[in-house]
Amino acid sequence: MSIDLKTIKHISKLSRISVDEKKAEKLAGDLNSIFDFIEKLNELKTDNVEPLTSVAETTLKLRSDEVKSKNLREQVIKNSPKENEDYFVVPKVIE
Amino acid sequence: MSDITKQSLSELVENIKSKKLSSSEVTKAFVERSEKSKELNAYITEDFTNALNKAKMFDEKPNLDLKLPGIPMAVKDLFCTKDLRTTAGSKILNNFIPTYESTVTQNIWNEGAILMGKLNCDEFAMGSSNETSFFGNVQNPIDKNLVPGGSSGGSSSAVAAQLTPITIGTDTGGSIRQPASFTGTVGLKPTYGSCSRYGIVAFASSLDQAGPMAQNVKDCALLQGVISTYDEKDSTSIDFKRNEYSKELTKDIKGKKIGIPKEYRVDGMPKEIEDLWKKGIEYAKDCGAEIIDISLPHTNYALPTYYIVAPAEASSNLARYDGVKYGFRAEGENLIDMYEKTRSEGFGAEVQRRIMIGTYVLSSGYYDAYYLKAQKVRKLIKNDFDDAYREVDAILTPSTPSSAFKIGEKTNDPVSMYLNDIFTVPVNLAGLPGISIPAGHDSNGYPLGLQIIGKAFDEQNILNIAYAMEEKINFKNNITDWWIK
Repeated sequence: MSIDLKTIKHISKLSRISVDEKKAEKLAGDLNSIFDFIEKLNELKTDNVEPLTSVAETTLKLRSDEVKSKNLREQVIKNSPKENEDYFVVPKVIE
Repeated sequence: MSDITKQSLSELVENIKSKKLSSSEVTKAFVERSEKSKELNAYITEDFTNALNKAKMFDEKPNLDLKLPGIPMAVKDLFCTKDLRTTAGSKILNNFIPTYESTVTQNIWNEGAILMGKLNCDEFAMGSSNETSFFGNVQNPIDKNLVPGGSSGGSSSAVAAQLTPITIGTDTGGSIRQPASFTGTVGLKPTYGSCSRYGIVAFASSLDQAGPMAQNVKDCALLQGVISTYDEKDSTSIDFKRNEYSKELTKDIKGKKIGIPKEYRVDGMPKEIEDLWKKGIEYAKDCGAEIIDISLPHTNYALPTYYIVAPAEASSNLARYDGVKYGFRAEGENLIDMYEKTRSEGFGAEVQRRIMIGTYVLSSGYYDAYYLKAQKVRKLIKNDFDDAYREVDAILTPSTPSSAFKIGEKTNDPVSMYLNDIFTVPVNLAGLPGISIPAGHDSNGYPLGLQIIGKAFDEQNILNIAYAMEEKINFKNNITDWWIK
């Protein structure tokens, strides 16, 4: 199995991480060596194995849906890289 | 008392309770030593002035019934601390100030401890040497230019160098136990669901667990008793009856059955590790344990499984870093361009690599071949442990396949870096508790650790075995304070 540059470009688009040619080549090399290592799993027959969904065999607990933290708007907005009063600011989306 | 920082957590607690020491004296001693130890680069964010003020306030009205009365403590920078910068070792969170506190750290402050600062770690806990941190690598106090392990490398370095009496780390594939092993300290990864994940910057949610990193087993048990609580804010937190780990700690492990898995004798394992393991078996026998050979047949498949499951979960968890609501933003021509540049400039190389692996294995057409396959093999790995635990009470293995390596030695070869976690990863995949204790030195005098793996929720048992073996091993860490001018 081999991951080519076209695939790297595709994954980078899905990941929302921009890559230039140099970085794409480095990533292709790294990912190929990692996937060579991962291919080992194909030695195992797993047709009749149930996939593990959770290590803890418990049922999820229910709790009431209540707001417990209040008045954090100012602090939360303060963490944003760009703000405008009560709003997060992003580059223009609609022309 | 001149050598306050040389005391163990248990001694410090006792001395504060009996009023031989004040919180201010203790906090001042650790702050001063931390100030003199900048070369280790163990801290990302220091909060020393606040710590000294809080210690003073504690002394004015001391509550000596608490479990950690006025004890200063620095914690891994993966735990959200309200109003104090939390970076996860990443540029993308360089300026992030949490508006809430993680449950685990809140439990610690509720018992009287005082936050000293945030400790360095691999970026988003992805690494085994602390070299992926945006804030630079950390020195191992054992020797200059030696990695302290990772991802909790700032934590292991700080405990070994006695910059903090004890600390907490997180462990997704070995990130508490491997750095503990590399620095001659004790590290416990609890059962999945034992410690709340609320407020811990997420890496791989089905594997992440917080746990104590300490100078000895008794201290480790004391802190585990504080941090392990049921928490309704974490839907995977488990409501089981927790032991009083330090009160119930005993060296009496007579008749305990300890399994030795033959598959952990991996190809190319240095003789020193093999010898350490043999010595460990003798120590366990000396303590009255019964040794039983067991098999964990799918051990060799654990790392490939981990390198599908963990990146897959990480790619999903890290989708939230988009430069909009918090963290670093790179300007772009439009929204998509802004996202792509932000993530490309904000994440380091290892994190980008793992996001890409995770995105790939979850992408259309590949899900069954990779992610589903890995979850099936994960089931087989868990079944191996379930089968073994019908015969034995615990399992003894080396913690790592080698001692600490040099800074830069493995950074260009991701797979060789990943192999560091070969003995620790299966434990996370099966959700079990594991503890690493220092057990010897290699020919360079670098520490080596042994790992004791327990049944789910059986932390008390592995703490007891570790406590008994610790006495027989009588390990002494060889730290010369080389970094203090």
